[in-house]
Amino acid sequence: MAPVQVRGTVLTVRRVDAYVAMTVVAPAIATKFRPGQFVAVAVGGPSTGMLARRTFSVHDVRPDHGGTVEFVFLPREPGAEWLADCRSRDVLDIVGPLGRPFPVPRDPASCLLVGVGPGTAPLFALAAKLAERGCQADFLLGAESADRVFGALTAKRTGRVAMITTSDGSLGSRGSVIDLLPTVVQQARTDVIYASGPLGILRAVSGLAGRYAIPVQALVSEPAMTCGTGLCMGCVLPAVGTDGITRMVRACVDGPVFRGDLVRWDDVGTIPFDALGAPGWKSRGGAGAGAATGATPAPEERKHVG
Amino acid sequence: MSADLRTRLGQLELPSPILAASGCAGAGRELAQFTDVARIGAVITKSLTLEPRAGNPAPRLAETPSGILSSPGLQGPGIDGFLQRDLPWLLSRGARAVVSIAGHTVREYAELAVRLSDSAGVSAIEVNLGCPDAASAGRPFALDPAAAGQVMTQVRGSARYDIPVFAKLSPEVTDIVSVARACVSSGADGLSLINTVPGMSIDPVSLRPALAGIFGGLSGPAIRPLAVRCVWQVREAFPDVPIIGVGGVRTGRDAMEFLVAGAAMVAVGTVLFHDPSACSRIQRELEEELMAHGVDRVTDLVGRAHESAGFAVDRLSWS
Repeated sequence: MAPVQVRGTVLTVRRVDAYVAMTVVAPAIATKFRPGQFVAVAVGGPSTGMLARRTFSVHDVRPDHGGTVEFVFLPREPGAEWLADCRSRDVLDIVGPLGRPFPVPRDPASCLLVGVGPGTAPLFALAAKLAERGCQADFLLGAESADRVFGALTAKRTGRVAMITTSDGSLGSRGSVIDLLPTVVQQARTDVIYASGPLGILRAVSGLAGRYAIPVQALVSEPAMTCGTGLCMGCVLPAVGTDGITRMVRACVDGPVFRGDLVRWDDVGTIPFDALGAPGWKSRGGAGAGAATGATPAPEERKHVG
Repeated sequence: MSADLRTRLGQLELPSPILAASGCAGAGRELAQFTDVARIGAVITKSLTLEPRAGNPAPRLAETPSGILSSPGLQGPGIDGFLQRDLPWLLSRGARAVVSIAGHTVREYAELAVRLSDSAGVSAIEVNLGCPDAASAGRPFALDPAAAGQVMTQVRGSARYDIPVFAKLSPEVTDIVSVARACVSSGADGLSLINTVPGMSIDPVSLRPALAGIFGGLSGPAIRPLAVRCVWQVREAFPDVPIIGVGGVRTGRDAMEFLVAGAAMVAVGTVLFHDPSACSRIQRELEEELMAHGVDRVTDLVGRAHESAGFAVDRLSWS
């Protein structure tokens, strides 16, 4: 399970509509990979000024060349543009597989896979694994426009049902995946939802699923990760633990897949007042030290103290 | 032949002068997946507070040219969680723990020092003086020699006699030597130079501050020359006080720069976000650099850049 850091040789770089799909030879990562996990790639070469790793959900692993890993991204910022300019035989510093994978049902179930934009990429490896378990996989994919819908064909080929929505109506029906979700859930008699996309989508999916009492596993891609390995504490979001206590958890090591009902979607980007260790939060009400710090709310919560 | 990297920290012998810097390695657990934590000098833990802290809201980090701007806001388990889970784990892995502490009052620092002294296995305490001082309207301790000195007096007085206490200083002062002097005369056994530099970055898409906390601490290779200058100045003033040099170390050559500027140890921080195995790599590269320069022991290198040029050449040619 432990992630490894390897130097992987780029096998192919392909344009897929608006996206770039990159395949890297990395047997040590490919053999350990489970759907939902991601890789963290160093960009810009050895003396780069871009210190943050770029993290990408793994789209697919294949056994050729001892094991390859494929990920998909939009070349929209300098790091991703640098990656898109890589060619076959270039060597990348890549860490993976990282994060908590999608849990899969033990018994056959009807699963709905909801993906938006690049968030669709990790769902296909999941669908393959679900098929192994005898589960039905239905796809509900969305994006702003037709060229941003990733994997529509694969979804149509491998899914029992494949519904597509685009904001501009250029492919499938016009609107958002959320508009179709209630209908699809009822018609497909969905038992489990897997969702991957922007926070707003995950929040809406989790809300709707809660109403139908369907469990959701949500793969988050925000807040952006800097290291991917749990060191930098950058990608935190508030989530409720099984003990009922809200903690600021790291998307990279505690996620990126979370139970949809445990993430406090409305509070992402904040520190909820009742989160463990929030300003004014009181410990056990015991130790004198606790009382002292509790009485003096940290005045500089929004200033740099690190 | 390999060079001797062993370094002294108080009563303790470290296998190497390369440490993992505070705030960039948690309590070592994540790092241990990529680096043998027993073979690096020590892990300087993320700054501990008395109580658990949730930290600042996201976004907390932003990439800047050759640097990272960050304001995690001291998220951590608090001293109890650290002593129960993290410290025993670090020790079980054969690592040495330098524990960084943070507080908002002098009393909090002192209490943390007492708690750490009661538990076995703390190799040293690093006092993060970059925290806002509740008694002076949130001005960080490190900006005021008197406040920094007060903290160090209390921590030195509270910590067990055989645990060395280092003060981590901010470069955001007109005269870092005067802050260093206040700390040393208040009993600090050593100094860590430097903490992050306050900075700001604005998101080009949203046109809003990139961090939820608006300002953050800049770290990474962008601040290395600043750190080397601080190490040099403090070494000139206090040649006998051990210094942990920290700020943007990325290669063995960078580590050597800190050593010859006067640091006895070098901590690797932000670069761990980019390369989680950086500590081992830098250690290896440093060894190669030593051999290339014909230096047998890393301790022979410390402060060498301060020697007059004639003498340095002389020494090289005779060795």
